[in-house]
Amino acid sequence: MKNILVYLESTNNNLKRVSTEIATAACKIANGAKVTGILINSNSDIAHQASKFGVSEVILAAAPKIELHSSTAVAQIIADTAKEIAADCIIFPANSIGLEVAPRIAIKLDAGYIADCIELAADGNNLIAKKPVYAGKAVVKIKCETPVKVLSLRPNVFVAAENPTNVEIKDKSFDLSDSDLSAKVTNIAKNEGKLDVLEADIVVSGGRGIKGPENYHLIENLAKTLGGAVGASRAVVDAGWRPHSEQVGQTGKTVSPALYVACGISGAIQHLAGMNASKYILAINKDKDAPIFKNCDYGLVGDLFDILPKLTEKIQKAKM
Amino acid sequence: MNILVCVSRVPDTATRIIVGSDGKSIDKNGVKYIVNPYDEFALEEGLRLREKNGGSVTAITVGTDAATDVLRTALAMGVDKAILVKGDEPTDSYYVAYNIAKIAKEINPDLIILGRQSIDFDSFQLPSMLAEMLGMPSVSVVSALKIENGQVSAERDVEGGKETVACSLPCIISAQKGLNEPRYPKLPDIMKAKSKPIDTREAEKTEPKTSIIGMEIPSKARAGKVLEASDANIDEIVRLLKEEAKVI
Repeated sequence: MKNILVYLESTNNNLKRVSTEIATAACKIANGAKVTGILINSNSDIAHQASKFGVSEVILAAAPKIELHSSTAVAQIIADTAKEIAADCIIFPANSIGLEVAPRIAIKLDAGYIADCIELAADGNNLIAKKPVYAGKAVVKIKCETPVKVLSLRPNVFVAAENPTNVEIKDKSFDLSDSDLSAKVTNIAKNEGKLDVLEADIVVSGGRGIKGPENYHLIENLAKTLGGAVGASRAVVDAGWRPHSEQVGQTGKTVSPALYVACGISGAIQHLAGMNASKYILAINKDKDAPIFKNCDYGLVGDLFDILPKLTEKIQKAKM
Repeated sequence: MNILVCVSRVPDTATRIIVGSDGKSIDKNGVKYIVNPYDEFALEEGLRLREKNGGSVTAITVGTDAATDVLRTALAMGVDKAILVKGDEPTDSYYVAYNIAKIAKEINPDLIILGRQSIDFDSFQLPSMLAEMLGMPSVSVVSALKIENGQVSAERDVEGGKETVACSLPCIISAQKGLNEPRYPKLPDIMKAKSKPIDTREAEKTEPKTSIIGMEIPSKARAGKVLEASDANIDEIVRLLKEEAKVI
């Protein structure tokens, strides 16, 4: 590969963590290839932050017509840029934007696309990626067969490493047509102060054992004390106790935090699939034979209504 | 409104995955197959839009003869037509998208609905790929959908919140859990669906853009330190979280 293009994003005037991860991953497979970043409607501060992670050129794309976000317009800008710099590998984060835009780029550039990669290996023009399938029950090795390659990388998997370099910043404005903007975001509603299970370092989930939505504050308190996000099992979501955006498992989200705490979750195969990539797993359940205890690093057998307040308090003390 | 719903046939979520003798696909022995769960939301949404606005719903799948069963389920739920694009078992999404796009160009749907992802390969790529091939706007991972006078307003789940996306028909929507509550087909409808015609077409082969070269089952050795929840043991777990896992 000669030219790698990475799609970068910022939040609150900081380069997103996932962007530092994919920039680092790009540098690792570069082997002499140039790593260029693209930032849409951003600024040179963010470009300088990207240079700390090995990005030697940043294209600051100005497209005011996008306003909030437009998957079709972003796809057009990236495809045009990729052609202009003769990019042979385009890397996205496997998040809500990347997963939606990357397949469009693959079609526009007649490229092979590998989604949700967790490991990359490049040798000359060959690129092989590993990706989880069946919600993580298995992992496949996939070879990209085309000269131009498109990848999306799973957040929280590739470790960002600083690799400061000089950066050349290029401003470029894009005058978009109405057809470029055929799908346009008109409103964004953030869950204020709420961490998403996909982005959090720690996830605390509740299962049927929590008995009702009125007891969920026990889960929330532990999550808050650990600085983590609140998750839920399918049973809890299907019962309407929690929103489906919190569901972890095969028909929910597949998470890979540093710590996953399963409270009152028995450990059905669909749930295990969604969290088995976590670095550490702590299980709390009253049934010592629950399958979750065969898939955990740490376990506490007992009544969660007794354990959770104590555990939360002890963690609070341990932090001081 | 003419609606096309793409369905895929996947192993039941309770399946324990074992690598087959070729070393790159699953051992299919004893595996039960189902309609991809997210495609059930897509089918339900298609049926509800037809009930409200008239028109027809066509279900389509790409695969071998075995995939007929998911089309029968779609027919039992109430779709008007079913198309099997018959060919090799799909190994790359491009092949599936290419063959569905070909049929879509022929039947000109106002709306194409899919599940947000197929729970076998979990690639989330078919909706946008198909949209790009057909020159249509698309919205992925939609949990609420409004269509009025050809204008679409779709709410989609993003990290830490929701986005509202506007576009016009024709367009492509991928369904997220929460979009609706899929109906269960009734027994008489299941029986009737067995004799309904399935329009079978030949799939066109495409050059593989990606190839699977191996499959493995991830195995992570876990310490499995399971303790009775005494006060002293809770202290021990807190110590391990702090000193070993380093998360406190």
